[in-house]
Amino acid sequence: MTRRQRRLFLIGTGVGVLAIAAALVLTALRDSIVFFNSPTDLVQKRVEPGTRIRLGGLVKTGSVIRGGNLGVRFAVTDGNKEIAVAYTGALPDLFREGQGVVAEGALDGAGLFRADTILAKHDENYMPKEVADALKRQGHWKDGYGAAAAGSAR
Amino acid sequence: MEWIALANPSRFLALAERLLPWLAAATALAFAAGLYAAFFVAPEDYQQGATVRIIFIHVPGAWLGMLGWAIMSVAALGTLVWRHPLADVALKTAAPIGAAFTFVCLVTGALWGRPMWGTYWVWDARLTSVLVLFLMYLGLIALWRAIEDPARAARAAAVLTLVGAVNLPIIKFSVDWWSTLHQPASVFRVGGSTIHPAILAPLLVMALAFTLLFATLYVSAMRNEILRRRVRTLRLLQVHAAQGA
Repeated sequence: MTRRQRRLFLIGTGVGVLAIAAALVLTALRDSIVFFNSPTDLVQKRVEPGTRIRLGGLVKTGSVIRGGNLGVRFAVTDGNKEIAVAYTGALPDLFREGQGVVAEGALDGAGLFRADTILAKHDENYMPKEVADALKRQGHWKDGYGAAAAGSAR
Repeated sequence: MEWIALANPSRFLALAERLLPWLAAATALAFAAGLYAAFFVAPEDYQQGATVRIIFIHVPGAWLGMLGWAIMSVAALGTLVWRHPLADVALKTAAPIGAAFTFVCLVTGALWGRPMWGTYWVWDARLTSVLVLFLMYLGLIALWRAIEDPARAARAAAVLTLVGAVNLPIIKFSVDWWSTLHQPASVFRVGGSTIHPAILAPLLVMALAFTLLFATLYVSAMRNEILRRRVRTLRLLQVHAAQGA
């Protein structure tokens, strides 16, 4: 083994060990690195009422009820479980039914998620308006479009 | 011994002088075409409206910010394994350029996030890992400045660069490994791009323009650094001569 080969081997080993260490740390911290939890996570983890947490998923179609004073109620779903959310305040532009959303807040005793922040999640699809309209007209519109699949992040 | 090492950089200097005017001209042309397409040809997105145009700056900025560190990682191997002086120069000069592109990515991302997500910044895995990349660039630049001897500085910087390289796959796959507010990959993904060709084409032209700009800045920065080192060597020789006399 020449000196160069030895140095290359040492560096390769070093970077390899470092990568494994990073992978272990990131795996261990998984629960705090995820930005939001799906409704299923919330149910499975039995999150205590009052614990601040982020809930992410799709705004269930047909669930949005707007009240007075910017109050709004809707359900967040991941296709499996759904959780009712109550929020008062201005909503981001992208907020709409079928769209991905992240709500920050806590569950109350009755299982209602009281959010104080609502973030819209954008999906990875980009297309001109005309194309989107044409797709809808021809019935080629996939459910995934316009819905920052909370599922994709799961 | 430094004189022998100059042999290769000399060839690089000659090449750089010939290449730079062409690179600069190509950059200008690509930007003219890319910006025209981005502002006047590309259609508005069905959800984002005109805000979609920010991706024409944001995405190339992100790519080049990461490419900068990837280039530095290769140069770091050149420094540590082959002890090549040109590799030291390549490592040192890429850092500020990569940092600038990463900064552009962070700023444009925040400006896009405010109207679309409803926030400038969140601590999700993608945004945080890119911020870490930016901070590592700054750390690397600081490290270079903290160590006076160029050879020792290069060695230390190379080690830090390879450590930071672990962050690159984390940035790329952060959107797949963890739930993030940032959307998943749109261009380089299994199953092809999810961006409509009418929006993708201007994006790729802008990416080409950014790459050419990076190359132009990089080659001139390397040329300047080589010349700076020659001046330093000459000064040292002068001092030695004066002391000897």
